[in-house]
Order: sequence, then C-alpha cells, then structure tokens
Amino acid sequence: MDILIYGTVNSVVFSLIAVGFALVYGVARVPNFAHGSIYVLVGFLTWSFVNDLKMNYALAIILALVIASIVGFLIYRLVLIRLRGMPTSEIIASFAVSLIILEGLRMQGIAGFKGFIGPFYTLRPFVEGKIIVFGVFLDYQRLIIIGAGLGLVIFLWVFTHHTKIGLSLRAIAQDERAAMMLGVNSDRTAMISLSIGSALAGLAAVIILPLGSVRAEEGYRVLIYALAVCIIGGLGSWGGAVLASFVLAFAMKISTSLFGALWESVVLVGTIILILLFRPSGLLGKQKELEERV
Amino acid sequence: MRTEGLYALSSWAEMGYLLAPRATLVLVLLLLPFVLDLYWQRVFCSAGIYALLAIGFDFLAEYVGLVCLGGALFIGTGGYIAGLLNEYFHWSPFITIPIATVLGAGISTLVLLPCLRLRGIYFAIVSFMLPLFAGFIIIALNVFGGTEGISALDTFPNAWVELYLILGAVIVSLFALRRLVNEDMGIILRGIMDNDQAVRASGISITAYKTRAVFIAALLGCFGGAYLSHLYGWLGLSLFAMDFSILPIAACVMGGMGTLVGPVLGAFILTPMSEALRGFGQLRVVLYCLILIGFMVYKPEGIMNYLQRKYHQFEVWEEV
Amino acid sequence: MAGEPLLQVTRLSKSFGGVQAIMNVSFELAKGEILGVIGPNGSGKTTLVNLITGFVKPDTGMISFKGKDITGLPPHKIANMGLTRTFQVMRPYHSLSAYKNLIVPLNSPRVRKTAGGTLGDIDAVAIDILEEVGFERDARVPYKTAGSLPLGYLKRLELGRCIALRPEVIICDEVFSGLSMSEISSLIPLLEKLRMEGISMMMIEHRLRELFRLTNRLVVLTFGQKIAEGTPEEVMSNQQVRDAYLGTEMKK
Repeated sequence: MDILIYGTVNSVVFSLIAVGFALVYGVARVPNFAHGSIYVLVGFLTWSFVNDLKMNYALAIILALVIASIVGFLIYRLVLIRLRGMPTSEIIASFAVSLIILEGLRMQGIAGFKGFIGPFYTLRPFVEGKIIVFGVFLDYQRLIIIGAGLGLVIFLWVFTHHTKIGLSLRAIAQDERAAMMLGVNSDRTAMISLSIGSALAGLAAVIILPLGSVRAEEGYRVLIYALAVCIIGGLGSWGGAVLASFVLAFAMKISTSLFGALWESVVLVGTIILILLFRPSGLLGKQKELEERV
Repeated sequence: MRTEGLYALSSWAEMGYLLAPRATLVLVLLLLPFVLDLYWQRVFCSAGIYALLAIGFDFLAEYVGLVCLGGALFIGTGGYIAGLLNEYFHWSPFITIPIATVLGAGISTLVLLPCLRLRGIYFAIVSFMLPLFAGFIIIALNVFGGTEGISALDTFPNAWVELYLILGAVIVSLFALRRLVNEDMGIILRGIMDNDQAVRASGISITAYKTRAVFIAALLGCFGGAYLSHLYGWLGLSLFAMDFSILPIAACVMGGMGTLVGPVLGAFILTPMSEALRGFGQLRVVLYCLILIGFMVYKPEGIMNYLQRKYHQFEVWEEV
Repeated sequence: MAGEPLLQVTRLSKSFGGVQAIMNVSFELAKGEILGVIGPNGSGKTTLVNLITGFVKPDTGMISFKGKDITGLPPHKIANMGLTRTFQVMRPYHSLSAYKNLIVPLNSPRVRKTAGGTLGDIDAVAIDILEEVGFERDARVPYKTAGSLPLGYLKRLELGRCIALRPEVIICDEVFSGLSMSEISSLIPLLEKLRMEGISMMMIEHRLRELFRLTNRLVVLTFGQKIAEGTPEEVMSNQQVRDAYLGTEMKK
C-alpha cells in the first residue's frame, strides 16, 4: 500500500516534470535541454523573492513563473530561431543554454553574486502537516502534487482542444507542413510552446521542490527524468509521457523497496535501454520515430 | 588517395601553399612545449585531450550526423579502465593505455549501440545521459573507488613523454581521420547523411557504418581518458564531468565544424583560457557556452573556415 | 518459363492507420522478364515496392526471392541478395560527385563477394558504370556534383546505382516520370540492354505507351488490389481497368 501511494506520487512528479519537455518537443521538434535548468532557476528565483525580497509566497511563485515563460520565449527568440532547421545546432545550442543557467547559478564572486551552493535552500511547503490515507502517512504537499497533476492534465486537455492557441499547437505537433499551409505560424507557435513549456517546468518546480531542497545539480537529474520519461513513452506522445511516468516511477519504487535505494539509477538506465532495444518508438509512440520513411 | 577535386599542381610552391595553414599549425604545436614552463605544459597536455575529443565530436557531427553530447563517457571509460588495470594488475601505462583505448571504445560503442539504428536525436539524448548515469552508478554501488576515486597510479617517466604522446595522438588522429573521410568509408558516411534510404537499397547496413564511426570517435576519447588518468596519477568521478562533454563542442563550433583542424585550434585556445579562469569557479563553463552560442548565432562557420575563405580569396585555381 | 519464379509475392497486405494501402496482392516475376505494374495514382504502387524491398513490413502475406523467404528482412539484406530498386523521388547523394554516388553500392558485401575481394581501382569501375548508363566520359560529366545534374542524368545515375550492385532484379519506380519523350526513347535501349544481360525488372509506370515498348506482361493495381493481369490488350479490354483509369460512364 505504501508503494502504491508513494508510487503514485512519484508518477505524478515525473509527469509534471516531463510534460513541459514533451510539449516543446512535440510542437517545435526541439529537445529543450534547458528544461531542467529552468526548473532549478524557478526554484532559486522563488527562494530569492521570498527570502531576500521578502515577497509574499504566492506572489513570488507567480512572478517566478512569469519570468520562466519569458526566459523560455527568449531562448527561442534569441538563439534557436537562427538555428531552425539545423537539428545538430539546435541540440547543441539548447544544451549550452542549459549549462549557462545551471552552472551560472553556481558561480561565485561575480559582481557580488554569491552563487547557490549547497543544500541550504528550501522552499516551504504550501500546507504543513500530514494526513493518513489508506493507512499511510502522506504530507499535504504530496497530496497537492497529485491534485496539481490531475488539474494540469485537465487544463491541458481543455487548452489543446478548445482554445485557438492550443489547437494550433496540436496542429503543428501532428503535421507541421499542413498546419503552416493553413496559416499557422511555425515560429510563433514554437515561441509560445517554449514559453508554456518553461512555465510548466517552473510549475513543477514550485510544487515539487518543497519536498526537498533546491540545488543546481537537481537540474541534471530533472532533465534526465524528463528525457527518460519521454523516450519510454515515445517522443512526441503526451499520453505516452504520462503512461511512462507511471511505469518508471513504479518500477523505481518497487526496486527500491526490494533491492535498496542504490539500484534506482540502474533501473532507470535499464528501462531506457530495454525500450530502445525492443520498442524504440516508445510505449505509445508512432512508428515514425525510427528512420525516415521512403 | 582521393582529393576533393582535380587541380593541376604545377609546382612544389603551389603544393606548399595548399598545405601551409595546416603545416603551420602542426609546426607551432610541435615547437610550443619548448617555450612553455611546467604549469603551462600541463595545460598543453589537457588541451591535447580536449583536442582529441573535439576531433571526435566534429567527425561524428559533420561526417556522420550524430551529435555526441557525452564526450565525458569516453574519457571516463578510458580513464577508469586504464586506472583500474594499473591499480590492480600494476601494468605500466604503456600497456594500460592501449588496452583501455580499445576496450573502452568497445564498451562505449556497445552502450551506445541501441540508439544507432534510431534517429539522431536519440543518440544525442542517450550520449548526454550516459556519463551522468555512470556517475550515479559509481556512487550508488560504491565501486571503482566510489566518490573518492583511486590515487597513486603510475605516471609517465618524464614531461617530454607526456607532451609528445598526446601531441602525437592528436596529429595522428587528425591525419588519419582526414584520410578516412576521403576514402570509401567517408563517402558512405556522407551518403548516409544525404540519403540513407538509397544507401540501404544499395546493400549497405547503415547501423554497421555508424557503429564503426562511433567506435573510431570513441577510440580518440578513450585514449584521452586513459592518458589523463596516468597524467595525474588519479582516477575519480571527475573523469565523467560535464566539462569533457561541453568544452570539445565549444572548441568545435569556435574552431570551425567540419574542418577537423578547426576543433584542434579551438581546443588549444579554449583550454588555456579555461585554466586562466580557474579561480572563478563555474564561470569557465558559462563562458564556453556563451562563446559557443555566440559563434553559432553570429559566425557559424568558425575560425578555420573563415580563415580558409579569406586565404583562398587571394588565389585563383585553374580547373583542368 | 522453367522452374520457380524469381520473385514471388503471395497475398500481400498492408494498412497504415485506417487506410488499406495494399490488399491481398499476389503475382510473380520470372527470370529474364520485364513485368509492368500500372494503375492510377494512389493505388499503392510505391507501397508495393516498399513492401517487396523491405522498407515497410507487411501485415500479412509472403514474399520470396530466389526461393527464399524475404518477408520482413531489412532492405540492405534484400539488396545483398540481388534485389534492388530505384526511388520515385530522386534523392542522389547531392553533395558528392556523380561517380562517387556509385562508391556506396560498390562497397556492399554483395559486390565484394562477387568480385572476390577488392575491386582494385574502385573509382575506375564507378566511371565505367556511369559510361554504361550514358554519362559522357570526355565531357567530365561523371565528376559533376550530383546535386547539379539535370533530371535525365539523375535517372541514369539511379540506374547506375542499381547496376553497380550487380543485381538480379531491379524494381523501377516510375523511372520515366518527368522525362521528355526523347529522353525516354534514349532510356529504353538501356533498359533493354540490361534485360539482355540477364537482369529481370519490375517497372512501375504511368507512361503506358513507352512501357508497352518494353514489356508484354502487366499487373494492374487499383486501391491496393490487383484487378487484372495479362498482356496489354487483355488488360486494356478489361472493364474494371477501363473504369479505374477513365471513370465509369455516366448513365444517361
């Protein structure tokens, strides 16, 4: 029962982390390696706003999310837009941006910037305390995570099925050329998707980070989780990402209780390799993930 | 031996002209160690390692179409194998290095194999993840020295061996790869990039060739790693550090992708620069990335291509 | 026709999503013959080629080549057995010169095996093959970048790429498309010559008149199904075929 509850929480955690990445990749076909770095960036921004600027927590969160969207937008507008169509360069550039942000947060001694080093930065959970669910202790924050996950799925579904912007995102994700022929501007959609994707990364951050501490190294871990989930679920398939989150989280949780926490990474790598060997397009991906068709 | 076109070379002077830029670079590199003090000689050696990685990256990115975001995988694998062989069997560096190079390349290629028959994006993602995983696993299972690493490995007999071993490796790699891309294998790899379906219809297994190409790039990287562990006599998690993944890329973009020589130039510029900034912590990495993006957005051809263009502007070749 | 057919396709079916691209198609190709495959646009002809040459896996059915089951094999293995194809959408290795385009097939295991080791001067072999398909040697055409060649040459290059593999069967996917009448007329002797040299061919074509100069046996495909097989006269007098090409007559 323990495993079931915590497994579910972790699944939602993975989903929250991966959905922003899946969105950007599905629409802009750019693997946004900066995804993990924005997650961490939002964490530190919120912390600074609350602790250094003494802002109201909710306000700090909202501001940080807005900044995240802007950063996402800028990443596309300033860098990626010039590299459109050259997949090699797009990958390299987003990778570089990710490092700039992550390592930049760890810098010390530039213009008085002290750098965020060490596990000393924590965000307060939204609601303190625990309750008992089905005989298992669960803190409110984790409950909020599950709620947020659910809410996000519903919101995204509505957004991509009933709003003009959401529909154009879906259109481009399904068939870029056809959508362009119908007047959907591919660059603008990419910018929008990158803003939304970054905001989602930030959202995941503010909900999940209160469980632990904010550290720059987390950025790499988060990115790995997002990549793993998307590969296992199928690059470009949103449903696949959710399914993969559950599969992966439960696999890791079960292996932890059976073999100990150390084997988590092994299970992660192992699952990825298995998928690549036997079902490369992912659990719900479409066949065209392999070599191009004739 | 093929060349890219048919030119009439009517004198040694013209041949010399064609080869001058590369020859100059090689000559400068060969003579540099004599004017450097001990500290900078070490930096020179590091630069050589990064140069090997950069050549490998350039080869994979421009001639095979694979973006390798995990140079650290090769360094780490080569370094750990050499170090472990030295630690437990006490074999000399001159034995551990060759073995680590080949064995390491084999293992690295094997681990990357599942994504070679898939689209390039998978290779980028998996190559990025693997060095990080290696780190996690070493920490988690506490093998191979765990977080502290293993020290007191054998080092090289003297500084001259250190310097010229790595320099030799760089020069040999450079010329070997340049030769390779003009030979049949290079043509096939270019064909795979241009139109892989036609290659398959012509009876060639794309996966087999990509595997060979990755193996070659891995050889370069693993040699660098094996060399590194004997340079400082120490192996540890830092062999899988992100530095090894990003600096070669920056060196390539800056130096000029596709030229194979440009990345070497880039490595020898960025490494000393990175050393000079060592006191500023992670600023180095931020700086490489800024330089990388700067070049990509404003001067994507890189230094070497730019220089070659300007150089050739002053001559007119007769095509026969 | 003695012995087994060279290529045998039995009850092949393939659907993509909801679209049944090929349904229950069966036919044979005998050694030394040229088989024409015709049908209106969208009848699944290219899918058929993809299925036979291994680029797409069939849902059901079997393909056998030289008596061996090749269903589900990857394209390069099928090519190495001697079955190759041209591509309807021309995509040469555009950054390489024309003769270098042939280096790729000349490096295949099949060629290495039949040549018994290395080919010696592989460049010379490539240029010879290009001359065979009509590239003028003295005008240095073989050295031009493939991306700069006009369509007629590209078609010949495609055939050259196939010939370099020393195949037993070439499947030509609309090799006449985009060419002028005179260009086609100069291409036909080349195809005849290949047939004389023992290469069997399956030609997917739209240009019927030109096709009929080369072959006397046809298979007609509509909406993924084979609706007729036989000589041009037999096939053209088949009502279903006429309906497919010309549409049904309006009832008065």
